[in-house]
Amino acid sequence: MKIDPIHQFNIEPLFTLGHIGNHTIAFTNSSLYMLVAVAIITLLMLASGSQLVPGRLQSVAEISYEFVASTIRSTAGAEGMKFFPLIFSLFMFICVSNLVGIIPYTFTVSSHLIVTVGLALLVFFTVLIYGVAKNGLKFFSIFVPHGVPGYILPLVMFIEILSFFLRPVSHSIRLFANMLAGHIALKVFAGFVAMLGFSLGAVGWVGGVLPLALTVALYALEILVAFLQAYVFAILTCIYLNDAIHPGH
Amino acid sequence: MAESHGGAKGPAAGAHTEADGGHHSGGFPPFESSTFASQLVSLAIFFVLLYVIVSKFALPKVGGAIEARQNKIEGDLAEAQQLKDQSEAALKAYEGELASARSRAQAIGNESRDKANAQAEAERKALEEQLAAKLAGAEKTIASTRATAMSNVRGIAADAAGQIVQQLTGVVPDAASVNAAVDASLKG
Repeated sequence: MKIDPIHQFNIEPLFTLGHIGNHTIAFTNSSLYMLVAVAIITLLMLASGSQLVPGRLQSVAEISYEFVASTIRSTAGAEGMKFFPLIFSLFMFICVSNLVGIIPYTFTVSSHLIVTVGLALLVFFTVLIYGVAKNGLKFFSIFVPHGVPGYILPLVMFIEILSFFLRPVSHSIRLFANMLAGHIALKVFAGFVAMLGFSLGAVGWVGGVLPLALTVALYALEILVAFLQAYVFAILTCIYLNDAIHPGH
Repeated sequence: MAESHGGAKGPAAGAHTEADGGHHSGGFPPFESSTFASQLVSLAIFFVLLYVIVSKFALPKVGGAIEARQNKIEGDLAEAQQLKDQSEAALKAYEGELASARSRAQAIGNESRDKANAQAEAERKALEEQLAAKLAGAEKTIASTRATAMSNVRGIAADAAGQIVQQLTGVVPDAASVNAAVDASLKG
């Protein structure tokens, strides 16, 4: 039995939508899982009723709402609530697609760098455009920290500007690498179990216990990571937006 | 340094394509640039769709439900507070009424007691006056009786003195002198 931990990341075109230049635009398995995530979020938020005493599904919807709202309020202040729909969409999209992606034989949308880069650039340009539109040139004062001695200021400004433009890189690679590595590790350990069981018989069955236990533990960890990375992505978005809203800090 | 790095990378990359080459067009799927356009387009479509659903329908609905609950709870609390205030006001009014009734009862009690005392006092005074009048009358009677008795005594004494003088001397004494003598002895 051959272990191929990379196969799960393959993009399979399901049907072609059209062409842009010389690129073929296809509806792929990735598109399908994006659609699944959007459908799940829509169902969760809209089909869960709005009773005075919430049921289970409605509780989940309301807890997500309150969770994202309190995250924004604590990191970007009350003004950050302008971006509530954006951050809620980002958080729910990443969280749901990650959780769906953990189910065996499914595809994880955020295990592709281009997707996380797309989302990170969306955040980056939102921050940049809103920051300049709201504060004008004062927005660029985020590159000039207070209380830094003059002779060291050029260096600090250089580092600040560099880190600002590297934000989308770290923002996207963090999510992508976490999902990718977690899924590869899961696949490798689960593959060991199968390989030992098929090739070594009874000895392999005993030997497979350890990788199986590791797979179970990793699986639990991956569920945590799936949620945590969505949270990290959302909270970093809030922190970046806070710069655009309050550039003086 | 750079050479050894490149040398180490070369075979690894070769092994990589060898392992995966059979399945797909080769390489590591997340870095296959031919799929980027498709993924970006679907991401744009579905993320915009999600954003519209979330901002137009999902958040207003869930936020509205939460707000409605909050309002309901606050309304109920306010109503409970109002009812509590009402019952406290009623209790206060009841206590005030009770206190005023108690003080009125005390006032009535005091009044009737004072009245009874005054009446008893008046009756006692009247009775005392009556008794005093009776006493005075009785004393007057005693005095007049005594005066009468005393005047009788003088006559008797004068008679007795005349008789005694007549017996002793055989002479009927002069009445005037006897009277004078009796008066003198009565006075003495």
